[in-house]
Amino acid sequence: MGFFFPMVWYRHDDLKEMLDSNKDSLKLEAMKRIVAMIARGKNASDLFPAVVKNVACKNIEVKKLVYVYLVRYAEEQQDLALLSISTFQRGLKDPNQLIRASALRVLSSIRVPIIVPIMMLAIKEAASDMSPYVRKTAAHAIPKLYSLDSDQKDQLIEVIEKLLADKTTLVAGSVVMAFEEVCPERIDLIHKNYRKLCNLLIDVEEWGQVVIINMLTRYARTQFLSPNQNESLLEESAEKAFYGSEDEDAKDAKAEAASLAKRKPYVMDPDHRLLLRNTKPLLQSRNAAVVMAVAQLYFHLAPKAEVGVIAKALVRLLRSHSEVQYVVLQNVATMSIKRRGMFEPYLKSFYIRSTDPTQIKILKLEVLTNLANETNISTILREFQTYIRSMDKDFVAATIQAIGRCATNIGKVRDTCLNGLVQLLSNRDELVVAESVVVIKKLLQMQPAQHSEIIKHMAKLTDNIQVPMARASILWLIGEYCEHVPKIAPDVLRKMAKSFTNEEDIVKLQVINLAAKLYLTNSKQSKLLTQYVLNLAKYDQNYDIRDRARFIRQLIVPTEKSGALNKYAKKLFLAQKPAPILESSFKDRDHFQLGSLSHLLNTKAVGYQELPDWPDEAPDPSVRNVEVPEWTKCTSREKRKEKVEKPFYSDSEGESGPTESADSEPESVSEESGSSSSSSSSSSGSEEEDEDEEEGSGDLSEEEEEEEGAKKAKKKKAPQGRKGHAETSSEEASASESSSSGSDYGSETEAKQRKAVRAGASRSPIPPWHPPHRSLGPSQLLSPAFGAVRTYELLHRMAGEGLSVEYCFSRRPFPGDPHMVAVQIQISNNTDAEVKSLRVSEPKPLSGMRIQEFPEIERLAPGDTVSVVMGIDFCDSTQAANFQLCTHTRHFYVSIQPPVGELMAPVFMSENEFKKEQGKLMGMSEITEKVTLPEKCRSDHAIVQQVTSAANVGRVPCGADNEYRFAAKTVTSGSLVLITLERREGAAAQLIVNSEKMVIGTMLVKDIVQALAQ
Amino acid sequence: MCFQQKMIHSLFLINCSGDIFLEKHWKSVVSQSVCDYFFEAQEKAIDVENVPPVISTPHHYLISIYRDKIFFVSVIQTEVPPLFVIEFLHRVADTFQDYFGECSETAIKDNVVIVYELLEEMLDNGFPLATESNILKELIKPPTILRSVVNSITGSSNVGDTLPTGQLSNIPWRRAGVKYTNNEAYFDVVEEIDAIIDKSGSTVFAEIQGVIDSCIKLSGMPDLSLSFMNPRLLDDVSFHPCIRFKRWESERVLSFIPPDGNFRLISYRVSSQNLVAIPVYVKHMISFKENSSSGRFDVTIGPKQNMGKTVEGVVMTVHMPKAVLNMNLTATQGSYTFDPVTKVLTWDVGKITPQKLPNLKGIVNLQSGAPKPEENPSLNIQFKIQQLAISGLKVNRLDMYGEKYKPFKGVKYITKAGKFQVRT
Repeated sequence: MGFFFPMVWYRHDDLKEMLDSNKDSLKLEAMKRIVAMIARGKNASDLFPAVVKNVACKNIEVKKLVYVYLVRYAEEQQDLALLSISTFQRGLKDPNQLIRASALRVLSSIRVPIIVPIMMLAIKEAASDMSPYVRKTAAHAIPKLYSLDSDQKDQLIEVIEKLLADKTTLVAGSVVMAFEEVCPERIDLIHKNYRKLCNLLIDVEEWGQVVIINMLTRYARTQFLSPNQNESLLEESAEKAFYGSEDEDAKDAKAEAASLAKRKPYVMDPDHRLLLRNTKPLLQSRNAAVVMAVAQLYFHLAPKAEVGVIAKALVRLLRSHSEVQYVVLQNVATMSIKRRGMFEPYLKSFYIRSTDPTQIKILKLEVLTNLANETNISTILREFQTYIRSMDKDFVAATIQAIGRCATNIGKVRDTCLNGLVQLLSNRDELVVAESVVVIKKLLQMQPAQHSEIIKHMAKLTDNIQVPMARASILWLIGEYCEHVPKIAPDVLRKMAKSFTNEEDIVKLQVINLAAKLYLTNSKQSKLLTQYVLNLAKYDQNYDIRDRARFIRQLIVPTEKSGALNKYAKKLFLAQKPAPILESSFKDRDHFQLGSLSHLLNTKAVGYQELPDWPDEAPDPSVRNVEVPEWTKCTSREKRKEKVEKPFYSDSEGESGPTESADSEPESVSEESGSSSSSSSSSSGSEEEDEDEEEGSGDLSEEEEEEEGAKKAKKKKAPQGRKGHAETSSEEASASESSSSGSDYGSETEAKQRKAVRAGASRSPIPPWHPPHRSLGPSQLLSPAFGAVRTYELLHRMAGEGLSVEYCFSRRPFPGDPHMVAVQIQISNNTDAEVKSLRVSEPKPLSGMRIQEFPEIERLAPGDTVSVVMGIDFCDSTQAANFQLCTHTRHFYVSIQPPVGELMAPVFMSENEFKKEQGKLMGMSEITEKVTLPEKCRSDHAIVQQVTSAANVGRVPCGADNEYRFAAKTVTSGSLVLITLERREGAAAQLIVNSEKMVIGTMLVKDIVQALAQ
Repeated sequence: MCFQQKMIHSLFLINCSGDIFLEKHWKSVVSQSVCDYFFEAQEKAIDVENVPPVISTPHHYLISIYRDKIFFVSVIQTEVPPLFVIEFLHRVADTFQDYFGECSETAIKDNVVIVYELLEEMLDNGFPLATESNILKELIKPPTILRSVVNSITGSSNVGDTLPTGQLSNIPWRRAGVKYTNNEAYFDVVEEIDAIIDKSGSTVFAEIQGVIDSCIKLSGMPDLSLSFMNPRLLDDVSFHPCIRFKRWESERVLSFIPPDGNFRLISYRVSSQNLVAIPVYVKHMISFKENSSSGRFDVTIGPKQNMGKTVEGVVMTVHMPKAVLNMNLTATQGSYTFDPVTKVLTWDVGKITPQKLPNLKGIVNLQSGAPKPEENPSLNIQFKIQQLAISGLKVNRLDMYGEKYKPFKGVKYITKAGKFQVRT
């Protein structure tokens, strides 16, 4: 390989020729040279056309190098870059997952704004790919698209939301990364995935771990209460009940807690504990970034008594590369101020070697100083004595300052330190002496009276020390305490007056200061000297000094013109001055999240996410309860065939739920998850409908299928039962009445529940469903059975503590606002108490979304069911509408996510109009898909029924008998959506959707295809 | 609208004379001129090792590492954990080392295409993608002399044409379809003693840091478990991702499916409560006379508590004070060099025989007129003891599950000096 690099650079013409040849070896050679040019930062952009031609080259290495080139130059040559797009689009459909992934990777790396819609489509497609690797790539592509066009945010959030629900470790890290970049503020997206992320964490690749841990730190700060709020650490009883003897630290905590009067008991949220427990093993990672991430998590989130565990791991990192040491020491410095005790056992690990780089030495010194206390100070000072003799003078200076700080902080050793520093005054190195003077000055300010000897000693130093800062400090000291050295002070002034013109500016200022102070206290001896100094200063080159001289003269020399200030001159100059506080530059740095760039620089870096303060009251923990089957479980049928991926380690991890108490009731849990997957026939708000569940076929078959479904669900659940329970909180478990019974019991309750649900449905006053705008289309085509209206679960009986809420899309125009989708909500009270004042509160709609609440329901008797209608303007997106459902005692976080088909209303148009409109919506707005119709879905009736059940559309009359047309307008913006289904021979058919809303079009195609496939 | 651009934006490789010899951008191109801030900081720092790893510039942040005389300077635009970047850059350097045998400017320049392909795979949009050496080697084959000759003739490629299935599995660190005719597993237990010895010979600070480096060439998917006689010795352990944490927690057994080839299995620290046996002692007499341009230098090294093993590979390096002009010494054993520019004295002693202790003695010439050096220099000692883990750690047994063949197993112990410093 080495042969080509030093060679003469080929002329571009030669390279072009090589690229145009039909020999792969020549092409490869040319590409290698071009890449070498790029690597050196040389411009190779004029080869673009010649290179891009080879994008479809068969040779893998040529292809890869072309990709490298393309990604580098596409931004500059946008038009030409478009030539290559079709290759990647083809790649996206390749049966091999790795090729699909790499096509998406390159496509999304091409920074050409024109292809944003194509990228968007590709990302969405890939997000529901069966291969986790492709889904991971999709997650990677999200930030790329976002940085190219931030207007896509809303759609990207949808994809992120979907990928967050992914259960594979491969995807987790990447999607959280995308989340952090696109929508870090949407903390609500994390709720449902919180426990899963905690449990998967140990199996996620190391880089993803860092990102997830940092995100979860922020999350925890918004959702849990401070574990240290009572200072009494953990309440004894709570500790026992929840965590058993697991934490040795707890014992110490107990002792302390017992001694303190019991205040308001603090009980750690089991989810909070889950996070702490699942991150702890990662302290043993080989990756310093992971260790640091866990350390900061513990520092910010753990109870005081438990933070100690991180010290050992951080000290271990000090063996690593010097850059790692540098960052770790910065963080240790901050931590050691707040939690000194944590690092005390490791004091010696911070001892300094002469071979350490200076910047490391200074940081270690900082830590040692922070750790100094009455017991260890003598050891530390002995160590410091060695450092003072170092050849590294910057380090010596820092040591002297450190000694000064120890002296101020620990009164006991102040005199020892001062004596030591005074000895340094006779050091041969001027820098050392100067630094000592500055520190001594600060120390003396604390108790000047006792130290006139030292001040005298320092006065003598003015003859020798040349360092301006030190001279200035000595002069200030003498001036300030001239009363303690009345004989020496005027003499010093005399000497300084002599050398005044040769001094540095800061020294000159202090000479003037000294003169002024002496004039005020001892004018007899120093009057003339002062005049002399002021005269010299008057003609100084520096205007600061001239100004100062003028100012002081006016202030101290009484003349008839000088005003009242003159009387106070002495008070002004010789006021008691507070001693400077010598404190660490790392103090209070912990308001930045530790381990962050901002913390290191001690300024807010671009894009830094503030670490929120603990809330005063914990938000509702039930938002993290997982009840609906996740996306991944029901996205596509291919998915199901995929073998269930077993996590490498977290299997054992998952076995222990968030709390020990949950372990006692495994049955209740399996019941829980089983019922949830079957009772809500499709998860609220799935874009891709749950295709194998009952749908559209009358009541009878529905029942049959339901039973089958239940069996299936049970089977599916069986191996996952244990895992599933990790996702149920203890609260939930205890809330469910079915606490312990045989394993059969699960399915029994399930069935009962289902019956109850259906009974509720038939009892409920849902009016018979009429297709809206019946007059617009031929009526017989638009009358799907009542059963076709799907109900979705809003609040499960368990989570709602007896209150269950379901909703369906009634497909009627919402009275009062034509831009809203009407949602019929049915609330049943299964408790045995009355529920009062049921209402919607605090809707948190996304930008543009509006919610029209239903009128408050005053009371709902036990066993009763009521039905109300609310309107939601979804802004033509499938984003969920989030709001709270409140009763007089509780509130529940719920969200409604519309299937895309419900975002539209049917319109009537003639065949000609349809064709005309269709003609306008070609190109990017047209989506074509091939469909294979199953046996039972070939009759006209079946087709129409399936389409109308999937989407709220009206049929358009059509001449040809193998074609079906439907039309609708989106509710919010009124954009047309045209659907054409063309039957070919046999089972084949072609589906065309035209809509200027591309997203809606794509999603609709997917939904209809699924509906037809049943 | 601000565009958030997280993670690593660009990478520049810079040699010691300040030439940018490689650049790679993962997003839009950042001009080379951004490195001027780095050069500025470098100039200010004087010493290469004092260049701050994180530099803030008006529009970017520069995070850099220094490895093998090369600066790896990465350009960041927004908040990112600095250790994340630093750790990644070291991983890049490790990969180069692994691929080219050395991470030098020449090696990188000679293999610029492979370097570029590697960087492309390791980072996607600035976020790490594939950093496991096993996966990378499936994607991009490391160069060998034979292959580069063959490639240049036939034009065949060094890009693997098999697809990297490892990336998709649950054990991404191991490549699939490994096959060897001789199945072997070697473990090197390497312990290093970090110590600071003060003037009087007493130990200020000492601890043992150990690693177990493995070279595993086993076919198929072997599942290994390695147990120790005295696992309690290990105080603080960090693991390769392949190790099952739970097993270690509960049984103190290292259970893992290993990566193929060389890798570091664990690194550990021996609990600080244990007294560390220091294997050597140093007698020293270094003095500079006041007002004369010379000083005396006399150092003897002897063995101590070495458990019957020979101390070998002994080397002493001393950074002499600036005022030292030259040194006139005689060594009873080994040879010494003194570099008058860097003021570094190196004495290569070799093996210590207790019968005749090595000694280095002579005159130090000082710059005339300069003040006598304040401090005596510290002595940095290196040594090696074969077949001994100073902590007493012993591997008990290695079991293999999941495969039928009988592997050849080997364990080697070695103790070395880590940061071993004697203050004088």
